[in-house]
Amino acid sequence: MHIVVCTKYTPDSEAKMSVDEEGNISWGDSPLIINPWDEYSVEEALLLRDQHGGTVTVLSVGPEAALEALKHAVAMGADEAVRVWDEACAGSDTLATSYVLAKAVEKMGDVDLVLCGKSTIDAQTWQTGVALATRLGWPSLMYTINLVELRSEERSITVERLLEEGRQVVEAPLPAVLGTTKGINEPRYTSFIGIRKAAQMEYPLWTLEDIGAEREKVGPQGSGVRWPEVFEPPAREGEAEIIEAETIEEKARILTEMLLAEKVI
Amino acid sequence: MNKDILVWVEQFEGEASAASWEAVGVARQLADEGSGGVLACVLGGDGLKDLAEEAVAYGADRVLWAADPTLADFRVEPYATVLQHTVREHEPGTILMAATFRGREIGPALAVRLETGCIADCTELYFENGQLMATRPIYAGKLVSRCLIPERRPQVVTTRVRAFPKPEPDLGREGELVELSVLMAEDEIAVKVTGFEESEGGVSLADAGVIVSGGRGVAGPEGYEPLRELAQILNGAIGASRAAVDAGWIPYEHQVGQTGKTVSPDLYIACGISGAIQHLAGMRTSTVIVAVNKDPEAPIFKIADYGIVADLFDAVPALRDALREKLE
Repeated sequence: MHIVVCTKYTPDSEAKMSVDEEGNISWGDSPLIINPWDEYSVEEALLLRDQHGGTVTVLSVGPEAALEALKHAVAMGADEAVRVWDEACAGSDTLATSYVLAKAVEKMGDVDLVLCGKSTIDAQTWQTGVALATRLGWPSLMYTINLVELRSEERSITVERLLEEGRQVVEAPLPAVLGTTKGINEPRYTSFIGIRKAAQMEYPLWTLEDIGAEREKVGPQGSGVRWPEVFEPPAREGEAEIIEAETIEEKARILTEMLLAEKVI
Repeated sequence: MNKDILVWVEQFEGEASAASWEAVGVARQLADEGSGGVLACVLGGDGLKDLAEEAVAYGADRVLWAADPTLADFRVEPYATVLQHTVREHEPGTILMAATFRGREIGPALAVRLETGCIADCTELYFENGQLMATRPIYAGKLVSRCLIPERRPQVVTTRVRAFPKPEPDLGREGELVELSVLMAEDEIAVKVTGFEESEGGVSLADAGVIVSGGRGVAGPEGYEPLRELAQILNGAIGASRAAVDAGWIPYEHQVGQTGKTVSPDLYIACGISGAIQHLAGMRTSTVIVAVNKDPEAPIFKIADYGIVADLFDAVPALRDALREKLE
């Protein structure tokens, strides 16, 4: 089994985000981390490798900061890590990024399963996994909350995926692209040995030429979406009106009147 | 390409999701502004006639529908294929759908097939010099991004659930129903649906007008019981903070916040939730926020509209009784 996990670096979820006058996004002194949703994919890949044998390769399209995500995945136990980057990729939307990822997966050649997180906590487009599946022409199994069974001999997989009304049980042939969601597993912590391995490992950098990607299909010219402006949302005004009364029953009655006046109940 | 807007109206067992009508509503508004028409596309196994007529009532001029066993269960391949053919034939300039699990999968799949952009999870849509502009939250709502698709057409846009009002249906509206004929054969479809497990009743977080949410303060799985009673009176859904989910008190499906669901109900009642930044990010766009917390210094009071400083096990039953008296 060759399992590829797509990953991205993001600012920590605790980060206080801000935008300066030039429109540059800042996350203060918060660290860069692996996109938290991707940890579920790394964990699931490691579980599958332990069960079926094979290799787990983590893949990230990004500048040097992307190494943070790759190192975390290696420290968790991934075997190989590949970074793809070219300055021309800056400003790529998911249309362009999925193209680059698909080219990298195609270059690897022998991939049985690609795992993606359900979304990234930065741009939150929820798109890259399914876009990649569409690029590759493979089944897309997004929002998988339970991997029921992978049959490596038969080359097929059964998963439960989330819909608003419940869980859909789905069977698909491999190769496929699977999107994980929280609840599928409990991601392991990185180990001391893992962290040491991650620090010592070589992280090959693939260029657009290496993966046979056409330059006009990446970056802004390869993208559909532009995002010329990012800003901080207006703050919710003021502090809460604390309801004061003698008894809790009285407080509850006052609140009920207020909610009726607000027309929200 | 023309000024028409195509909306994919998703359905489950013959019933459309409210979020799809929200998308039809904003499509109608945009189409009127840009002097185009609204096309609705309805796909499913059978019994879609009522739904197609409903789509007209909600604002569609033409409803393109296909009922076929291959479309009975939601699957990306056959759905995206029918939509792709429909787009080729009818050439809408814009394709809208709700950012549900299904829409978040079909939108990008369709966009890649059409080599175009997809703007996800929009909370605002408007025209500026003839160009459709979209506003969408990023970093769990800590920042907002303004997006557009300047060149490629059609453009694909998904609308965040509950970000746009659900229009009032007009039963007197007239529209045209058109049956679609291009379908996939079952043996061309790789993915098979072998089962469905409906989630345990109740209102789903995404659609809920009221959410009663519990955090560390509920102190255990049984601590959600009073919250459930309160939610029941308000026909609301149960939410939870990450702390409560991580403690195993309630399943992940209930988690609100940056690593859970982003919600914007009319009323959000936070019980025993201190208000960590990740949680606030997931519910800050609620219309009215009520916080119940023992600690008057809890950050949740900074974002809430109304607060009760008390133990939730006293306040929540009292609120339940007060509401019951007023509403029943």
